[in-house]
Amino acid sequence: MSNTVELSIAKALNAGLRKAMQDDSKVLVFGEDVAKLGGVFRITEGLLDEFGSERIFNSPIAESAIVGTAIGLAMRGFRPVAEIQFDGFVYPAFDQLVSQLAKLTNRSEGNLKMPVVVRIPYGGGIGAVEHHSESPEAYFAHTAGLRVVSPSNPNDAYWMIQQAIQSNDPVIFMEPKRRYWQKGQVGLDQPALGLHQAAVVRPGTDVTIASYGPMVVTSLQAAEIAQSEGVSIEVIDIRSLSPIDFGVVVESVKKTGRLVIAHEAGTFVSISSEIAAKIAELCFYYLEAPVLRVGGFDVPYPAAKLEELYLPDADRLMEAVDRVMAY
Amino acid sequence: MVQFLNENGEFAVLSKEHEIYAQFIRDLREADFLKFYRDMAKIRRFDNEATALQRQGQMGLWVPAIGQEGAQIGSGHAVGPNDNIFPSYREHGVAITHGVDLMSIIKMFRGVNHGGWNPYEKKFHLYAIVLGAQTLHAAGYAMGVNFEGKVGTGDPNFDEAVITYFGDGATAEGDISEAFLMAATKNAPLVFFCQNNQWAISSAVETQTKVPLYKRGEGFGVPGIRVDGNDVLACYAVTKKHMDDARNGLGPYLIEALTYRIGAHTTSDDPSKYRDSEEVAYWQARDPIVRFEKFLRSQGIGQDFFDDVQAAGDQLAAEIRETTFALEEPTLELMFDHVYSEPHPLIEEQKAWLRGFEESLGGHTQANEGDDKVDYGGSR
Repeated sequence: MSNTVELSIAKALNAGLRKAMQDDSKVLVFGEDVAKLGGVFRITEGLLDEFGSERIFNSPIAESAIVGTAIGLAMRGFRPVAEIQFDGFVYPAFDQLVSQLAKLTNRSEGNLKMPVVVRIPYGGGIGAVEHHSESPEAYFAHTAGLRVVSPSNPNDAYWMIQQAIQSNDPVIFMEPKRRYWQKGQVGLDQPALGLHQAAVVRPGTDVTIASYGPMVVTSLQAAEIAQSEGVSIEVIDIRSLSPIDFGVVVESVKKTGRLVIAHEAGTFVSISSEIAAKIAELCFYYLEAPVLRVGGFDVPYPAAKLEELYLPDADRLMEAVDRVMAY
Repeated sequence: MVQFLNENGEFAVLSKEHEIYAQFIRDLREADFLKFYRDMAKIRRFDNEATALQRQGQMGLWVPAIGQEGAQIGSGHAVGPNDNIFPSYREHGVAITHGVDLMSIIKMFRGVNHGGWNPYEKKFHLYAIVLGAQTLHAAGYAMGVNFEGKVGTGDPNFDEAVITYFGDGATAEGDISEAFLMAATKNAPLVFFCQNNQWAISSAVETQTKVPLYKRGEGFGVPGIRVDGNDVLACYAVTKKHMDDARNGLGPYLIEALTYRIGAHTTSDDPSKYRDSEEVAYWQARDPIVRFEKFLRSQGIGQDFFDDVQAAGDQLAAEIRETTFALEEPTLELMFDHVYSEPHPLIEEQKAWLRGFEESLGGHTQANEGDDKVDYGGSR
């Protein structure tokens, strides 16, 4: 890439939003505290100065209204980007997300397009109080009509937010909040991948680890440890949780014969459940070991002093790697 | 309460404060009055026919609007050609004031689709089933009208307003409070039109509110007024005034039309279990159509007109019946084709699988020939 810059995920999202707002005057940004403050994570910092209060504005603290009015604005021809301040605050908007936003294109037999992006900082690891560390992505992936994506690095953050805004379907955009400050190179010329493509982020031959969002870095750490133990791990960043690009996982598992899936959410009825079922079906004759899953536990997200025990880390991933290797 | 026609159909402006509304009645011509009556009678006839079709097993459900014709036809005709309407699910009367094909509504309750009409065509949006949800869509839409600068320019052919309909029961939903708040803080050109038909299935209005509903918006900055919902002229005038005001940039307003649900909540409901027949009789005596007929007769409208309306209603009913019987069954494509507006691999895969499976059973489906063949791997 000729034109690259080093940015954190937070700054890359900010740059991507700025670019989308420059490119299309119909793009609006709103949510709680997004205007002057730039949001509690400063993702929208500086946008008010550049675009003014009719393009970016604070919403009242009313999540159903944030999503419901985004729907109305989309009906009017705008491309709203709504911010939900924290993962655990999205539930008051549940009806507007799953019964309204997700279904209006279908109910109208395609007459209504819903180019709405709902940004949700999600996941734990920041020592927060209750309701600030959750991983609700499976609710949305389970909902027909929604698309769900999660970038894991600055380059994806920059491009995926723009691609999500360009989508004519609603996109739930899950931002890995504990990785906001992680830096990386961002190529400014063109995106490497489409919004719903998975990517091999580290090639390997013995075990495939598939993960997304905040767990991709953890998966890469595990791969590094495994390397020192003589085990070659291929790491896949799923990137899109609905739809899921199974092809990349299938190709990898055909090569390695072993799959471990990792995410912060509890594993019961989760993204990893879906991937495990699909791979069992499509790669039955290639598997050397059962598909294993590494996730949080199926308990309410614990108090901050316990989150280290809750969150899967490289050691827990290695425990699963050891098990699939021992088969 | 704003009322111009009493139950005997006698016209009077009872309060000086209501003069601001009465002027809109004086602007009306005889043709407008006849149109109001014709539409009310038409939608009543349609409603009865739809109920009969449901009773004969031709529809899964019907939601009659009987008794609410004054509120719906009066307000509907006050909505301008540039304005958008966000209804709940009982606004058949409002629909005809804007030329919506009544078969669209029949199809939905027959179970052929989930509505499916193009909301941009008549600016009449899809019926909303989850109570109150549409008021936020209306608020967002009206915010968009504001952002585009199509409010308060003084050009009635350019400026726009939005109206959203809901019932007394829906006012208890949080979405409506949030819609009041959004509309007020953004000064959105939005009229909230509440048809208080006094019953939310079996729950009386006292279950939903401690204050008169027209006052419900005040704390949010949305002033309100109560109008006699069984007086088509009052409903027209009050809606006209506040839609004009919204278009002129005066912000949101709440109208409570006090009316009565003469029929059941839906064809699945049995109102005799929870309300007295005396109460129903009281409101039947205040029927908006009967009342307006008295007014028209007092204005010299002769029997010929009413005979014509009756004949037109019978013809409409026959057409609705015939067209309903002729409705084609939906094909499996309808289930899959509009879930997303851009291609989605899972949906494509499942559609292809079901089509293949149905064909394997003997080709009973009306699947399109020639689409891409797929492998049937993958779970269903």
